[in-house]
Amino acid sequence: MAIKINPNGTKVWALRDRQTQLLNWAKWFIGTIIFMYCWQMISAETDWDFFWDAPTIAADIGGRSVPPKWDYISELGRPLWDTLNIATMGTFMAIVLAIPVAFMAAHNTTPNKLILRPIALLIIVSSRSINSLIWALLLVAIIGPGVFAGLIAIALRSIGFCAKLLYEAIEEIDENQVEAVTATGASRWQVMAYAIVPQIMPALAGITVFRWDINIRESTVLGLVGAGGIGLQMQSSMNVLAWPQVSLILLIILVAVLVSEWVSAKVRGAII
Amino acid sequence: MTSENIAAQRIWTRPPIIPNPNLRWALIIGTIIYLIASFATIDVNWIRVYEGLERGKKFILAFSNPNFVDRWDEISYGMIESIIMAFSSTVVGVIISIPIGLGAARNIAPLPVYLICRGIIALSRALHEIIVAILLVAIFGFGPLAGFITLSFATIGFLSKLLAEDIEDMEKSQAEAIKATGPSWLQWINYGIQPQVMPRLIGLSIYRLDINFRESAILGLVGAGGIGATLNTAFDRYEFDTAAAIIIIIIAIVMALEYSSGLIRARLQ
Repeated sequence: MAIKINPNGTKVWALRDRQTQLLNWAKWFIGTIIFMYCWQMISAETDWDFFWDAPTIAADIGGRSVPPKWDYISELGRPLWDTLNIATMGTFMAIVLAIPVAFMAAHNTTPNKLILRPIALLIIVSSRSINSLIWALLLVAIIGPGVFAGLIAIALRSIGFCAKLLYEAIEEIDENQVEAVTATGASRWQVMAYAIVPQIMPALAGITVFRWDINIRESTVLGLVGAGGIGLQMQSSMNVLAWPQVSLILLIILVAVLVSEWVSAKVRGAII
Repeated sequence: MTSENIAAQRIWTRPPIIPNPNLRWALIIGTIIYLIASFATIDVNWIRVYEGLERGKKFILAFSNPNFVDRWDEISYGMIESIIMAFSSTVVGVIISIPIGLGAARNIAPLPVYLICRGIIALSRALHEIIVAILLVAIFGFGPLAGFITLSFATIGFLSKLLAEDIEDMEKSQAEAIKATGPSWLQWINYGIQPQVMPRLIGLSIYRLDINFRESAILGLVGAGGIGATLNTAFDRYEFDTAAAIIIIIIAIVMALEYSSGLIRARLQ
């Protein structure tokens, strides 16, 4: 709390003292300079004629996309099923692989702090920092286009996410239960099965559903790089400028995302 | 039969996770049917996969020998563009999401404003960044401007939602105490609510900067600027050593960002 003194000598309450105020201004000033510099770079790269043309083009595209081509929906059943499969199977695979990684990464369950834990953390970090679209790009180059590449891409991206949340849950368990089960003479695996697993089961289910919801969203776009699902149809429709088909696909993606979000919220609500 | 005998015959079993047996069996059978159906419909070209293993091995080996040099000009250019897009879109996104976040908090906004702001948030969250980027590239032309607008738009959905939730959870007595002194609406927000949500807002903004950088790495795939275009070209030419170099740089920057954002957030709380 600081005091500001008016010219006539009266003391007035102020939120910050002079020094903090100056410091804050300096921070804002530097931030603004960096932002202006960045903006200049973006602006230099931009063709501003296109920008001023944008409302016309947007109106044009908008006009072409309505009404959506409803008949096209008959061709979208299979891609939608593929999308669902990519997301669901990818999540399954990721969870199966994430469980051992999480147990290796958690402080209280890791079998080896010096070697295995850093390896597990490295797996988590590298899986998390690479977007599933990059994974898909990579896998399409390696194992060829198709649903399988998308599925593996989703799985690889999700391992890090699931393992990170899961190992945080494992580190937060109630140690008393572990101690109680250990006191009965249980082996290492029995302790895990009877003391740790029951405690993290709700977290595991919650994480799975949460990631499944995200994966539905992500798998809708994997087709853009050739990894199967409804994105393929979108890409080919855009390539031939079939805007009524594109708008129908966008609508379907929107509905799929909203439904999966609703399902995931319901399931998580039931668990917690 | 004596009571000891009964006790000896009863064996303890673990309580099931789902207590309702009907629901449990329905879930198990449903899962099995789904698994069979999806396995039957995913057609995998195993020969192609097997042939790909060789390339996969080459790619993994490329990580031990990444090639930073040959395409360094393109890599550094793409990286700088990605960072610039991530930073400026975070700034603009945060500035726009503050009023929307205020409008989406039920306890301080009237119902019509609340509904409009929630609508904007829902739209922004439902559309994947890549889809938005494709549409914006079609409208604004190729280049980082489309990527910048995409990321700003995505930031709005993320930040406004969390900010609004934070405002809805705030301590009411503080806001009431300020209100009792007779402030204007802006003063009320500035002194009664802003101090309560500021630490979280800063933390979330830094977290979003981190996310925006990761996302900016893929926007190049659809022509919206950033490192993605260079990465895509590297894969198309099967230049796995260059691709490995780009991926290593992305991981390093993401780790540095995540570490520093963790430090800043820990200091704020």
